[in-house]
Amino acid sequence: MADKSRRERETLQRRFAGAGYIADPELATAVLLMQRLERPLMLEGEAGVGKTEVAKALAAVLGRPLIRLQCYEGLDANAAVYEWNYQAQLLAIKIWESESVSPEEKRRHVFQEEFLLRRPLLEAISRDDPPVLLIDEIDRADEEFEAYLLEVLSDFQITIPELGTVKAVSIPYVVLTSNGTRELSDALRRRCLYHWVDFPSEDKELRIVSARVPGIDAQLASQVVRFVQALRREDLRKVPGVAETLDWARALTGFELKDLRDDPPAVRESLLCLLKTHADQRSLPQEKVEAIMGRVL
Amino acid sequence: MNALTETNGPAGGAAVVRRLVGFLRLLRDNGFPVGIAEALDAARLARTVNLADRRAFGWALRALLCSTRTDWRRFDELFAFYWLRRGAKRAVRSNASAARNGARLGSEGIVPPSGPAGLADRVIRAPGGDAGTGEGTRGGASAAEALAATDLRHLADPEAMARVHDLAERLARRMRYRITRRHRLRRRGRVPDLRGTIHRSVKYGGTPLELRFRRRHPKPVNLVLILDASGSMNLYSSLFVRFVRGVLGSFRNAEAFVFHTRLAHISPALKERDLERALERMAILASGWSGGTRIGDCLRRFNDEYAAGILNSRSIVIVMSDGYDTGAPALLGEEMRRLKRRARKVVWLNPLIGWQGYRPVAGGMAAALPHVDVFAPAHNLESLMALEPVLARL
Repeated sequence: MADKSRRERETLQRRFAGAGYIADPELATAVLLMQRLERPLMLEGEAGVGKTEVAKALAAVLGRPLIRLQCYEGLDANAAVYEWNYQAQLLAIKIWESESVSPEEKRRHVFQEEFLLRRPLLEAISRDDPPVLLIDEIDRADEEFEAYLLEVLSDFQITIPELGTVKAVSIPYVVLTSNGTRELSDALRRRCLYHWVDFPSEDKELRIVSARVPGIDAQLASQVVRFVQALRREDLRKVPGVAETLDWARALTGFELKDLRDDPPAVRESLLCLLKTHADQRSLPQEKVEAIMGRVL
Repeated sequence: MNALTETNGPAGGAAVVRRLVGFLRLLRDNGFPVGIAEALDAARLARTVNLADRRAFGWALRALLCSTRTDWRRFDELFAFYWLRRGAKRAVRSNASAARNGARLGSEGIVPPSGPAGLADRVIRAPGGDAGTGEGTRGGASAAEALAATDLRHLADPEAMARVHDLAERLARRMRYRITRRHRLRRRGRVPDLRGTIHRSVKYGGTPLELRFRRRHPKPVNLVLILDASGSMNLYSSLFVRFVRGVLGSFRNAEAFVFHTRLAHISPALKERDLERALERMAILASGWSGGTRIGDCLRRFNDEYAAGILNSRSIVIVMSDGYDTGAPALLGEEMRRLKRRARKVVWLNPLIGWQGYRPVAGGMAAALPHVDVFAPAHNLESLMALEPVLARL
C-alpha cells in the first residue's frame, strides 16, 4: 500500500514515454493531482520547452480527444465558446417566410441547438467522455477573456442568452500554457495547478531524441544534445527549444552523418534548424561553432 | 483512473493536518497566495498521497500551492526547511556565477530553478514574526498625493522612497487600463455585428434592415522604454525602473532597454515577478560599466539591432534621460532622427525639466530636441501621471 502512489506515478511516466513524451516524476505527480482534484494544470516555461506536447501526450495517454484553443490578442467569446450559424439562420427565416407563424415563434426556432456552432470551450464541456482541453498561450489573450475563462473553469457551465445555461456533461482535463509575456491574474493562477517546464537536462534530452528520432546513431544523438545544451548557454536572442533539437537531429540523420566533427561546414549550414534569427546566425560564425564543438565533443 | 484512494487512515490524520497548517502558514508568510481553498485541497491531498514518500508529497504540494515561477523556485527550500528540518540554505553566489548569469540575460529562464541564483541572500521568514511587511508601503490618499508632487531629490526617507516606487509601478498598470478603455469608446461601429443584426431581422422576415455594429477591437500601443542608468540619473532611475516594470507587466507590447556606456535589453530581467530578483538581475546588467554616458552610440545600437524587429507604426518610444552625453551631439541628433522616422511618437522624459532654471541647451539635448514629439519633465510621480493623455493620443 505504501508504494501505491509511487507505482501510479511510474505507470503514468511509462505511459507518457509510450506516447513519445519523456515526463519527469514531478510532472507525473502534477498530472495525477489534476485528475484527483479536477483542477486545470498551468504549464509555464520558455518557448520551445515542449509545453504543448504535454497536452498532446496526455490526450494520447488517456485515450481522449484533444481539443485545442489557441489564444491570441482579441480572442473573444464568439471564437472561443460558441457562435450562431448566421447563414443557416437567415435561410431558415426565409423558408419560414410564407408560413403563418408569429415572429416570436420564428425567433425561438432560429435560436436552437441546430443553429449553434460549438467552439472549443463549449465543445469541451459537452462531450460524454471528458476530452483534454488545451488552452494554448493564454497570456496572449486579453484580460477580459481571461476573466471569462476563469468563470468557465470554476463552474464548468456556459450561459448562452438565447438558449440558457449549458452545464458540463463531464469535466474536461484542462491544460493551460503560458510563455509569460504578460502577468496573468492571480485568480486564474490560484485556480490552477502549476508546473514550471524547464529546458530538459542533457540526459533527458538525449532520451527525448532517441524516442522521437528512431534510428538515430547513438553517438550522433549524444553529440547533438551536448552541442544544443552548450548552445543554450550562449547569449542568443532565441534559445533553441526541444523541437529545434529534434529538427536538427533529423536533418543530420538525413545527411547520413555519424560524427559532427567529420564535416564542420555542413554542421554550420544545418544550424539554421537551431538558430531562427538573423542576429543569432550572425553571432555564431564558423570559428565559434568549431570552438563550441571542440569544448563539448 | 481511480485516484481517490485513502492511503493514510483517519487516526494519523489530525496530526498531519496540524503539521500541514503550520507549513501553509510558513508559505503564506513567505508571500505564497495560500487561502482557505488551497488549505482544504492540501488537506485532501495529504489524505490521498503517501506521506512516507516525502519527495512525492513535496512535488504534489508544489504543484498545488505554487502559482508563479518565483514560488516554484522557492518552494523546495521552504519545504526542506519545514518538513526535513534542513536549515535555510543560504546559498551565496560567487561573483563568477553572477557574471555568468549576467552575460546570458538576453533570454529569460536560463537560471536553473535548483541553482543558487534565486536564493541568494534570502532569509526564510518564520511564521508569526514581522507580519507588517507589505502593509507598511500603503498610505492614505492624501499622503500619496503629497508624495506624488515631491521631487525625488527632496525625498530622504527610505520608506517614503519605497512608497513612491510602489506608486510608480501601480500607476503604470492603471495607465494601461485607461488607455485601452478610451480607445474602445472612441472607435465604435466599424464592424457589422451579425448576431445582433440577425436578431433584429427576424421581425422583417429575415431582411437585415436594422444593422448592428460592433466596436472595433483596439490595437494596443507598443511602448518602447529606453532608460538612462548613468550616475547622473542615479536618483531617478530607481523610480523609472519601477515604472518600467509596471509597464512591462501590464502592456502586452512593451520592451525596455537600459543604457549607460552600452545598451542592454532588460525586458526579460524585469518581467521577473519577484521584485528583489528583478532588481538584482538588472543591477548585474548595469554593473561594471564605467566611463561617460554614450547616448548617441547606444541609440545607434538600438536603431541597428533592435528597431527593425520592435518598432512599428503604433510604437511610442520613451527615452528617460537627463541628456548628458559624452559623445558627439551630431551623432545623437542623427540617431534620434532615425528613431523618429521609425516610431509613431518619441517622448523624452527629462528629470531636469523639473528643476528651476533648466534650459535644454547642453549639446546632446539640444541636438536631440528637434526629433522629439513630447519633451516632458519626470522628476516626480505627477509628471509620470501627466504622460497618460500623451500615450492615449496615439
